[in-house]
Amino acid sequence: MENIIELDNVTKRFGGITALNKASLKVTRGEVVGLIGDNGAGKSTLIKTLVGVYSPDEGDILIRGKKVNAWNALKARESGIETVFQDRALTPQQSIVKNIFMGKELRYPFGFIKEKEQIFEANRLIREIGFTSKLINAESPVGNLSGGERQGVAIARAIYNKAELIVLDEPTNNLSLNETQKVFDFVLNVKKSNRSVLFIGHNIYHVYDISDRFVILDRGEVVHQLNKNDISTPEELMKIMRDTIGAH
Amino acid sequence: MSNNNSYLSNYFHRNGRALGSIGYFVLLMVIFLIGAPEAWIRPNLHQSVFVMMPTLIFLTIPLVFLVASGEIDLSFASTYAVAAYVFALLVKNGVDPAICLALGIFTGAAIGALVGTLIVVFRLSSLVASLGVLFLLRGVILLLSNSRSITIMEVENHWIYPLLVGNFYGFPMQIFWAAIFVIFCYYFFNKHVFGIHIQHVGDNSVSAEQMGINVNAVKIKAFMFVGVGAAIGGIFTTMITYTFFPTQGFGYLLLALAAVFVGGTPYWGGLGTIIGAVFGVGIIAYMEIGIIAIGWSGEWRQFFNGLIILLALLGHRLHGERVR
Repeated sequence: MENIIELDNVTKRFGGITALNKASLKVTRGEVVGLIGDNGAGKSTLIKTLVGVYSPDEGDILIRGKKVNAWNALKARESGIETVFQDRALTPQQSIVKNIFMGKELRYPFGFIKEKEQIFEANRLIREIGFTSKLINAESPVGNLSGGERQGVAIARAIYNKAELIVLDEPTNNLSLNETQKVFDFVLNVKKSNRSVLFIGHNIYHVYDISDRFVILDRGEVVHQLNKNDISTPEELMKIMRDTIGAH
Repeated sequence: MSNNNSYLSNYFHRNGRALGSIGYFVLLMVIFLIGAPEAWIRPNLHQSVFVMMPTLIFLTIPLVFLVASGEIDLSFASTYAVAAYVFALLVKNGVDPAICLALGIFTGAAIGALVGTLIVVFRLSSLVASLGVLFLLRGVILLLSNSRSITIMEVENHWIYPLLVGNFYGFPMQIFWAAIFVIFCYYFFNKHVFGIHIQHVGDNSVSAEQMGINVNAVKIKAFMFVGVGAAIGGIFTTMITYTFFPTQGFGYLLLALAAVFVGGTPYWGGLGTIIGAVFGVGIIAYMEIGIIAIGWSGEWRQFFNGLIILLALLGHRLHGERVR
């Protein structure tokens, strides 16, 4: 399987603090990777390095097997890595279609917008990632959507932006069970379309349910990586996490 | 059926506020018609409304853009006079009026850019800062003009006069220009990148920034557009009356703002309606003139203007609070 992105022994320091210490991680096409770790474990630094907000002090970043120099946010986006922010970066009074195309509108000459094409494309995207309600279409205002559905709009936007790897930062925070299930459905549809997802979460149960592979982070180091079929219950994952963090 | 429902609910979401202000307009017409049918069927009443409406439209519609972007501007009432002053002074000095018109509009855009930059760069409150600019500019005009008006009868013989403010089979030409302006602004607000970005910025500027929209540039352009609208309004009025007055425009300050909000554009940003604003202008213009026409004294005018603003706000509240 092709590696979309690979971090090879990446170190990132802020002043005297080593936020990431020789961290290695790869995401291959069509897999969902769960990134877990306690507060302060370095999850946030790892994500920001992955999406190009930070460039590593040591170590390499490889895109589809090729080393990339001077890694930055623009290169990350050009490489097909899109982040769905915790606050989702939506404008709730506007329609779904306007949100999906925000900042990247399809334009005629002189800046007029190809409205029909946008609506057609937005309807296709939201159906593709799993919106089923007939009450919702591209022209529905985002403010009428539930928390999980808003996450779906942000994911649809990432797909429109040609994402191959979608980084979901705590997507199920503050969501009800029902809403969490919706987000899982969206993620599974992304996976089905042969794109990859990096799923970051506090809730081990959520990460366990949705991920194919787990990466455990502690104090800036990747302390354990395992596949879902290595374990059989979330409790087992929890135990491994406790043991590795304790032993570390 | 359910598809139909979502279509209807989306339609209402997009157009409900405009429909609300159209409703108010119709209601006002009915009240006037019942209250003073004789005055109401006389055409000269509507003619004087039509004379007032274009100026108010040039001021109000750009304000919809600015309010939707999450800002407000009061200084337009002085920009109106500065642009008219530049226009009248240059005409008086023998410059071709077409060039004067262009320079006057450019002045309006430049003032808008300065006010916008000041507010955006220094993160000032747009309400307070533009109030300051309102007085400052008015002071500048009074000082420069020595509080004297400028009469420019000579514009009448220039080709721009009949084209812009002449008479076309009984209709003042500025009505057509205002109509073109409204149609242009409708598409500019709803179907153009500029208007769409304004709505995103006013809705949630942090989200807009994250998605690559240059929030400051969008806001400054909105201030410039208000300056351009004010300049057009001021210059048209000066041409119609052949006179620049150093106090001109002040009277429009509250009327234009009232028209924005009566027209259904909410104050909190992210939303706006051009069609609603046109009817807001209609409501304000008919209130101004209608009260007198039905034989009430002018003192009632402000009372009813105030009442209608409050009633409109309460009515638009029914359309829903801000969603987050």
